[in-house]
Amino acid sequence: MDFQDYQGVWVFIEEKDGEIPSVSLELLGAGRKLADKRGVELAGILIGENIKPLAQTVFEYGADTVFIYDQPIFKHYRTESYMKALLDCSNKHKPEIILYGATSTGKDLASAVATDLPTGLTADTTELDVEEETGLLLASRPAFGGNIMATILCKKYRPQMATVRAKVMKALTPQPGRTGKLIEETISLKEEDIRTKVLEIVKETTKKVRIDEADIIVAGGKGLGSPEGFQLVHQLAETLGGAVGGSRDVVEAGWIEHPHQVGQTGVTVTPKIYIAIGISGAIQHIVGMKNSGLIIAINKDSEAPIFDACHYGIVGDAFEIVPILIEQFKAALTREEVGYVREV
Amino acid sequence: MLHIVACIKQVPDTKIIKMNPKTNTMDRRTAPAILNPYDAHAVEEAVRLREKYGGTVSVVTMGPPPAVKAIKKCIEIGADEGYLITDRRFAGADTLATSYALTKAIEKISKSNPVDLVICGKMTIDGDTGQVGPGIARRLDIPPLTSVNKVVEINQAGGFAVVHRKLEDGYEVVQSSLPCLLSVEKTINEVPYSPFPNMLKAASYQPHIWSVDDLEDVDIKQLGLKGSPTIVSKVWAPPKPEGGTILEGESQEQVEQLLAVLLEKKELFSAKEGV
Repeated sequence: MDFQDYQGVWVFIEEKDGEIPSVSLELLGAGRKLADKRGVELAGILIGENIKPLAQTVFEYGADTVFIYDQPIFKHYRTESYMKALLDCSNKHKPEIILYGATSTGKDLASAVATDLPTGLTADTTELDVEEETGLLLASRPAFGGNIMATILCKKYRPQMATVRAKVMKALTPQPGRTGKLIEETISLKEEDIRTKVLEIVKETTKKVRIDEADIIVAGGKGLGSPEGFQLVHQLAETLGGAVGGSRDVVEAGWIEHPHQVGQTGVTVTPKIYIAIGISGAIQHIVGMKNSGLIIAINKDSEAPIFDACHYGIVGDAFEIVPILIEQFKAALTREEVGYVREV
Repeated sequence: MLHIVACIKQVPDTKIIKMNPKTNTMDRRTAPAILNPYDAHAVEEAVRLREKYGGTVSVVTMGPPPAVKAIKKCIEIGADEGYLITDRRFAGADTLATSYALTKAIEKISKSNPVDLVICGKMTIDGDTGQVGPGIARRLDIPPLTSVNKVVEINQAGGFAVVHRKLEDGYEVVQSSLPCLLSVEKTINEVPYSPFPNMLKAASYQPHIWSVDDLEDVDIKQLGLKGSPTIVSKVWAPPKPEGGTILEGESQEQVEQLLAVLLEKKELFSAKEGV
């Protein structure tokens, strides 16, 4: 394998209901930095049906080139069909690095592609860098439940691949009108060659929980003592107009469901305000919320590690403090005529 | 009669593991070895499908000899047979080398009783990757179905399975030809307490134990550290956050200070519905 043949940084661009999810745009931002350091091109790879209009967005967020596979067979994501397109593109154009979002689709696709190429794949990366001369990708990730960080290398294979967590990298400010090279590719793939079929897509009618999109999160931990005690978190969240989060412990105890879990094995969040109540602050929790704008911790134990990770901390009994906070917050809002009083 | 193989792993309980702050290594003495929690759901699902359609549940794992304990746990859940592949030559495997070794084991298991379905947990709590399941599927050349939170039907006569794959805002119903590989979410089932007869069986159960030499057509170069494209170059403790201001005083005073901090961001609270 001659590494000279492998040039350029690629990002697999996801598509959902005709739009590009933010994780793919974040990866273009991260990929741009790697490509600039190496002095190579940044490319996006788009696979789907009727997705050509999205190429413009990919250019605006930093790509020099867009590879596009726009065929009816790619209407739904399926591992085998998407994998074949990606393998085709990679074998033809030979990138040195391919990045994927650490989403269910990104991980599914990357795992399959890595096995077939074969090459190394680093999961759930949170830091990326590249050696300018060698092109070696330095992919770092939390390991062992977030207890340590590890840098993973893939020295003997190309392309080097990583899945990257959402909300960790920064998207560039889009440049309207920015354009690049559009390369349209096709592969001959018959429906009967694909062994899976999507029969139906069911959208859940219940409002989906997306705490990663909330500006304000109130999160609770085992320190609240019981499912009843955890209601305090709901009350404060409701007062502040925020979403509810939980530590791994309370999710495992069944006080709240998994989509609310913040941390390494849950969701990474970056709200403007994060309030942690009764959460001790295990490292696996901290990695999921440390980039929040304003972090407030309330905990009885003055030694709890959460106080190292917060901007403001209160050592005290949440059951005493939070009700006062709720009451005073409501009063303050009325007083200051912020224009918002929550009735329900 | 279905033959279902569940892939499992024994892992250190990362939730309670302590790190040696000097060396940044895990102090394994502090962490009990457990059956990877996601895999318990994989085995449970396999057992439920066997109860519905009839057949056999085999579990397979790669690991050091004490991993027998994790297999026994699977027997408690209801698995029929367990296979441990253990050999120094497997050591140091990343996900690519792990999927290779497990595939070789499944191929051998399949020789005496062809496998219809492979089930894996979503990921392990020590590796946290979720990459091994799809890797096995590619190597066996069967369709991988990840994020599965319901098995609707296994139709052996028709040669297909129908499952639900979890999406961010719902799920998709997917049909796949058999055999296929499912990697399942924790929400697919609840693992009940093991029935007493299973516990008795597990206590005396001895799994099949295979070394590299017991497997067939193995390319030694693809095993263990040698067969792993990725290497860990550096391990470090995550930077310790600096810590913030502790608000002192009685509860009333603490709240007042906190409120002042919150109201600096009052634009966030203006006329907006809660989430």
